[in-house]
Formats: sequence, C-alpha cells, structure tokens
Amino acid sequence: MSNRQRLVVVGHGMVGHRFVQAAVERGLTDTFDVVILGEEPRAAYDRVALTSYFSATCAEELSLLPGGSYDHDAVELRISTEVVSLDRAARTVTARDKVTGTETVLGYDQLVLATGAAPFVPPVPGREHDGVFVYRTIEDLDAIREASHTATSGIVIGGGLLGLEAANALVQLGLQTHVVEMAPRLMPVQLDQAGGSTLVRHIEKLGVNVHAGVMTQEITAGETGSVDGLQLKDSYKIDAQVVVFSAGVRPRDVLGRESGLEIAERGGILVDDQCHTSDERIWAIGECAAPAGRMYGLVAPGYDMAEVVADALLDGPGRFTGADMSTKLKLLGVDVASFGDAFATTEGSLELVYSDAVAGVYKKLVVTEDGTRLLGGILVGDAAAYGILRPMVATSTNPGIALPENPEELILPASRGGSTGGGVAALPDEAQICSCNNVSKGDIVHAVEDGCEDVASVKSCTNAGTTCGSCVTSVKAIIEDHFAKTGREVSKALCEHFAISRAELFEVVKIHGYTTFEAVLEAHGTGRGCDICKPTVASVLASQFNEHVLGGTHAGLQDTNDAYLANIQKNGSYSVVPRIPGGEVTPEGLIVIGEVARDFGLYTKITGGQRIDMFGARMEDLPAIWGRLVDAGFESGHAYGKSLRTVKSCVGSEWCRYGVQESVSMAIRLELRYRGLRSPHKLKGGVSGCARECAEARGKDFGVIATDKGWNLYVGGNGGMNPAHAQLLAGDLDDETLISYLDRFLMYYVRMADRLQRTAPWIDSLEGGLDRVKAVVVDDVLGLGSELEESMERHVATYEDEWAATLADPQKLERFVSFVNAPGTPDPNITFTTERDQIRPENHAGPVVLGTTIPVGASR
Amino acid sequence: MTATLPDHTTTDEWEPVCRLEQVPAEAGVAALVRGEAVALFRDHRDEVYALSNVCPFARASVLSRGIVGTRSGVPFVASPMKKQPFRLADGVCLDDEAVRVDTWDVKVDGGVVLVGAKRTPA
Repeated sequence: MSNRQRLVVVGHGMVGHRFVQAAVERGLTDTFDVVILGEEPRAAYDRVALTSYFSATCAEELSLLPGGSYDHDAVELRISTEVVSLDRAARTVTARDKVTGTETVLGYDQLVLATGAAPFVPPVPGREHDGVFVYRTIEDLDAIREASHTATSGIVIGGGLLGLEAANALVQLGLQTHVVEMAPRLMPVQLDQAGGSTLVRHIEKLGVNVHAGVMTQEITAGETGSVDGLQLKDSYKIDAQVVVFSAGVRPRDVLGRESGLEIAERGGILVDDQCHTSDERIWAIGECAAPAGRMYGLVAPGYDMAEVVADALLDGPGRFTGADMSTKLKLLGVDVASFGDAFATTEGSLELVYSDAVAGVYKKLVVTEDGTRLLGGILVGDAAAYGILRPMVATSTNPGIALPENPEELILPASRGGSTGGGVAALPDEAQICSCNNVSKGDIVHAVEDGCEDVASVKSCTNAGTTCGSCVTSVKAIIEDHFAKTGREVSKALCEHFAISRAELFEVVKIHGYTTFEAVLEAHGTGRGCDICKPTVASVLASQFNEHVLGGTHAGLQDTNDAYLANIQKNGSYSVVPRIPGGEVTPEGLIVIGEVARDFGLYTKITGGQRIDMFGARMEDLPAIWGRLVDAGFESGHAYGKSLRTVKSCVGSEWCRYGVQESVSMAIRLELRYRGLRSPHKLKGGVSGCARECAEARGKDFGVIATDKGWNLYVGGNGGMNPAHAQLLAGDLDDETLISYLDRFLMYYVRMADRLQRTAPWIDSLEGGLDRVKAVVVDDVLGLGSELEESMERHVATYEDEWAATLADPQKLERFVSFVNAPGTPDPNITFTTERDQIRPENHAGPVVLGTTIPVGASR
Repeated sequence: MTATLPDHTTTDEWEPVCRLEQVPAEAGVAALVRGEAVALFRDHRDEVYALSNVCPFARASVLSRGIVGTRSGVPFVASPMKKQPFRLADGVCLDDEAVRVDTWDVKVDGGVVLVGAKRTPA
C-alpha cells in the first residue's frame, strides 16, 4: 500500500465536512487516506441552524454526521484535536489531543485547511468580564444558556445577520433582549435605510430593543466581576447580565501566517481560483480562505470551494469565480432577503419600491436603466417573491432572465395586481433554486422524473433546501408544477387504508348508502383503519345520516373529544361548553352554569365565541354535569366536534343606535339551523348589525354583515394560524336568500373539502377560487343548488341534542366510567391545585399509583 | 412517588379485571390494576392487550381513549392527545422506538380478562 498518499483536512466544520463528502463521493479515497482533524468535541454540525439548538432535544439533532464517523475505511475523523503547527518543509502538521494533551506529528501529501473563522471581539473595555460571550459553537450556546438562568436581560453587540440570530437565541432563553449596532440601521450590509427601519419595527414588536447608530464605551461589571451592563458612548447605559458579541468574524488563518503562506490584505489565506495556496501541496477552503483576496462569510461559497478542491485533486477543471452573496432568511420570524446589487450601485440603475408601513412590508427591485433586467433587490416582511426574483438577476457573467413588461407586479401584493406563485413555472431549467447547495430547477425536475414524489425525497436526493430551508416553498411548487405539466396525479390517498380522498369517500357513501365504517372499509379500503380514516369516515357518515356519534358501532371511530362529547385537556380531564346561541343568555341560564361549575369544582372561562367553558371535569362526571345542564334547557355546544361551533353576534338594531338589522335574531337563527352539522373542520359564523362589524364576522368561515337593504354574505374567513378575511360571496340578500346560499355553501364545503381543511384553504384549492364558489352557490352552474339545500334540510330535520340523547340511553352512558373494574374510583393521575381562586391541573412526571397521592379533584 | 411502594413487577398473580365484552371491539377501556391505571385493548382478532394508560408524551392517563387501528397490519393505539402511535403488542412508539409504555401479561380465561405481571422490556 506504499503508493497510497495521505490527505489531511484541518477543521471539521460544515465546509470541511462537505469536502470529505465530496472526496468520498468522487473517489479521492481510491488514492488517498483521508485524516480529518476537528478541534471541537463533536463532528461537524449545522452552524447555520445554531439557534435551533435551544429547541433541539440534543446536540445530535444538528449533527451533519450522525454517528460521528464516515462510513469508509480510508477516512478517519479525529475530534477534539487541534493543529498547533504546520511544517511545510517536512510536510507535517503537529496535532494536539485536547483531552489528553498528547501531541502527534502527522505527515501529509496534500493538506486542506478548513479552519473557518473566529468571532471578532472588538477591544471594548470590560470584554473580559464574566457574562460576556461570543456566538459560534454549541459550547458558546451552552455557556449562554447557563448564564441566562440567573439573568433577566441580555445585550447583543452587532445588529448584522448573526447578531439578530443571537438576539433570537436570547429571546428564546426568556431574556429581555437588546441589540446594539454602530451603523444607523440593522443589517447594514444587506439592507438600505428603509428596509432596515421596517425590520426594526418588526423586531421591536417582539419586545427586542434596538439601539442603532450608537457606540459602545464600556462593558461594566458589579462587585463580583460579572457583567451588569453596557455603557454607550455619550449616552445612556443598558442594564444586562449577559453580553454577546456578534460583530463579525475573522478568518482563522494563523497556521498559514506562521508557516509563511501568503495572506490576503484583509486576512484569510490567499488562494487562487482552484483554492490553491502559495504552497502547491496546500489548499484552503471556506472562511479561512480568501480567493482573490476576498473572504466569504457564508456557507454556500465554502461548499463551492470544497467541491472545487475535490475536483482539482482529480485534475478537474473546477474554478471558484466568486459567489452569490444573496441572503434570504427568517430573522425572529421576519422574512428578510437581499440579493444582487441591492444598493443600486450600478450606473444608471433604477429602483422600484413597494412599501406598506402598516403591514411592515418593504420591497425594492433594482433594475437596469431600460427596465429590462433585474440587478438586485431587498425584501423585508414578505420575501415570498425571492425564489422567483433571484434567478432573474443579471450579473457580469450571467444575463439573468428578462423582466416582464410590468416588473412592479413582481413585488405588488396579489390583491393589487401582483402575480402569485406560478413564478417557478416560468423559470428556465438552469435557474438556481437552492443557493446553499447550488441546486438548479433542472436538478429538481430530474429528481422528480427519477421518482421523487414529495419535498422530503427531493431534499434527500438533491440536497435542495437542506441548509437554510428558504427555498423549500419553491421546491414544492416545482414538484407540483411538474406533476401538473405531465398530467400526473398527486396522491390524494387519505391514509394507508384508503387510496381515495375525503371528497371521494363522501361520494361513495352517498351513492352506495353505506352506514358503517365496516362497510366502507370492506368495499373501498384495506386493513383495519386508523386514527385518520376512522374519524374521517365517522364525520362523513354523520354529515349525511346524522346518526348519534356514539350510536351503533360509531363510538370507536370518534376522536376522543367526540367520543366523550367534551374537550379533552392536558391532564386527561375535560371541558364542557353548553350552547349559547348568538351569545344570548338569560340570567337564570348564567346562574345554572355558575351553580354547575361551583358544585363540580370546575374552572370557568369565557370563550372567544361568546360562551362559557367549564374545565376540569372528570370523564365519569360528565353525565351528571350534563344532566343538570340539560334539565335547565341547555344543549351540547359541539365545542368538541369538527362541526358548527358558534355564530357570534353584536347586539344589533334593537339596542344599538347604529344597527341597521337585527343581528342577534339572525345569529340565533343560523346557529340553531346549523348546530350539530359535522364538517371537515370546525365551522364558525358571525353576524354584525352594521358595517362597523363588531361581531368580527369577516374573521369567520361565514360572516353576515347588515346593509340598509339586507345582508352581505362573506365566506372563507379564518382566525387561527393562518388568518384570512372572509370575501364577499353575495350582497344585499333578504333573509331567505341568505339562508339558501349559506345552506348551499356549507353543504358544498362539507362534501368537497379535504379532512381538516378549513374553508379559506378549501376555497383557495378550488380551480377558480372564490369565483368557482360563486358559480356553484349563486349561479348554480352545476345544478346542485336544490340538492345541497335538501341535504341541509335533512340535517336540520334530524338534529337532536347529543347530550340529551346520551343521557336517555344507558348503553351510551356505559363508557363514562373511570375504570371498568372500579367505576367509582377517580383516576389518581388527575389532580388539581389552585390558582387565582380556581382549580388548575397539576403536572405529574410519570404514572401515579393509587395510594401514593391524595387526589384533590373536583368536590362531589 | 412510586419508590415508596413495593415492587409489583415480580407478581405472579393473575388479577381478573372484567369480562371480554366489556373491552369494546377495536377500542380500549381503562382498568385499575394494583393501583395503576392500565389500558386494555381488543384488536380485530379478539386479541387483548394491557398497556399503561399514561401517554408518555402527554403525561396524562388517557391511552385507553385512543383510536385503535393497524399500520401495515400491526395493531396500534393512537394517543388521543397528540396521536403518537403505540404498538399494542409491546407498547413501543412506532414513530420513536426509544419511547415505550409499560405492558402487562394478559390472558382471557372463560370470557374473563386477567392481567398478570408487568413485563420487563427485552
């Protein structure tokens, strides 16, 4: 084996790791034994995602090399090993084991330096105090976390990209967070003044204090030598117990300097376009290298350099000719992107700006004088257009893609004539989609043609979206676009037991009249069902036949809330919500609710839907609680079901001096009409008596707003995770037309939507969107109108109160026992303490055995 | 809290808990076995299983209220809290094999479900 050579890699960060991967993949290991010396106590990890370490369960989650070794005999990784010197004449490095202190001299035939960069700590007096940190390694984060236990506030010095990441970390650790930046704005390298100001407004909303345009004078310490604050020059002092420096990085080029390699003027080991240093056997890649004298502080150029060196060692033609410094990231939840000539330095360039200070959106395009080519841009608050814009950018070597006739449409919101999505379809195959891993649209399309069917498999085949993740939406759009173009069906299978979608299930149940899960499964499914298809089929059956959800064999299909007709809470107890239609309740009704809550020791809270929620009910107590409520005239509120919840109302024209219609009566009428309707997801409504919209009806799945001529009907509103305003379906309707349109709309949704798809995304998913809904509901183009109305009439006619029916049926009541063999014994795992004069669940670390605790639950 | 109690895992007694028909088909029911909340399940072949009723993710005594189904033919229960699937045969979480809930020996004799010793994982 004497003809085998040794390749030594110094540094096992992201770039060092990428180089070794390339070396293995491209067969360098056929001629070389590869030894990697990593200084950190663990193998390479995803430093770009460092902040997510706090939400990760262990450091391993960030690892780029889970398991800690390469699966190749010729590759050896030594961690906790620092290289202390380089002898170019003898072609050796001296490595010191940081654990044992032993030094080893290691010869090399080729040497790759990937030593990265070190955080720059400016010479601020006091920087040696306890409580001052940098932000670079997992060890740094551990130290910051440790210090945060006794701290209340923290300061990040540096408002650049990394500084804001560090600020995010401090926010996650629960510290009152300050960011101090010398420049007059945040991210001065990437953003202009207007973009920076927009970002500041977003970040300050998150409780982070931004101090821009200030100079640091001294980090002050208390008597113990620990940091107590930062004194700003000629200005105020900020109190803090943690200070994190994030004022940029410096190349770690000391091995090169000491061994006499050529160093770039501004630091970094000078390399040529093959990443060759001034020594023919030594290469430098990543942040320690300075191709053409310039250091690149991003991972993507480092990866390119790694590939170039692997290529060069195989006598390949690869060259590193500079890098795209485009950036897109989510900082503290705010989308920020900067690309190309963001500052319009090109002669004659023009700027197109869209700014919405209220929404916190700032978008700028820099275009050529004739407006045909894109040179660069800045996006803050909404960077959705980045995926389309970035490949369009023209550079000195790449003409980019010609701009459309009205380039401003690329940054205008969709409602103002801007284009939405669809952008990826227009991109040429060579357009780069993932800039971190240099993956083009063509690469992704090939992967899809080769059998990758979803984002996850495209990611693992191409590496696209695996580093910063910002291109994942574009990747998804490309896959879908490709499927659409090739006429391939995207799988609509509900789960492994049903190859058909919910809408198709609805149809087969309707056509064949199946009344049980068993029958549907036998005819159209395989296996025995699961937690996805069972509740879905149960809901479809309930929507069409309205049988009791605990009747027949239905009980075992229901999600636990439906299974016990109450809402399960974190400790296994339930909450109870009686229906209060339109939010109107008599004093007697309130007294009954109060008495029930008091007698069963329940926690009470007013809901957002104008009702009262009673928490902490033990499952076995639910029948007794409901016995009292039903006796007093209350019905199930279906707060537990994927079904109509509430129809919220304002006080209406009978009381309100502005009201033009009687909103309370209409809300009650609608709530009583649609109560109990099982649907793909929960449904909420609202009725406002005038245009002031006090019922917030446009935030509901259906919203009705009074006009002086009747009612406007809005659909597809949504609070929750993806808020959406309901859109106008029809205007100035009389009562009867309003109800017939609503019957049609709701039944159409119940039939067509996917499982757990709320009305807003459902409307979006229809070809034609709201126009399609209008065509079906208002213009009745499918001739379905009367059928949909009849379905709703059937629902209304067969409605019964689920709780009253349960109480009347001893068989349905059988399930409401704590233990089958000890029905009178409350579950010892459910216990409560008191807070603000009401109960609250007590947490348990593990199973509780009866006899070891005294349950202090609801008084009986 | 369990440290003060005698160790039950070595018991060789079979405790009669309920009749087979009290465990609903392809569903579950909770039982109190030697002071502990145990979830009994019956799959489509009338096989009966005994798992701890406490979901280790939610730390709540709720597993018996989960939906029972199959994944690639393997019977499992989905925690009613956040749907984590647990294999009925050995309590192992199908999405994270490092997590498992305790299981007990269980048999049906003359239509009566009997729960035996808590099993020690292999």
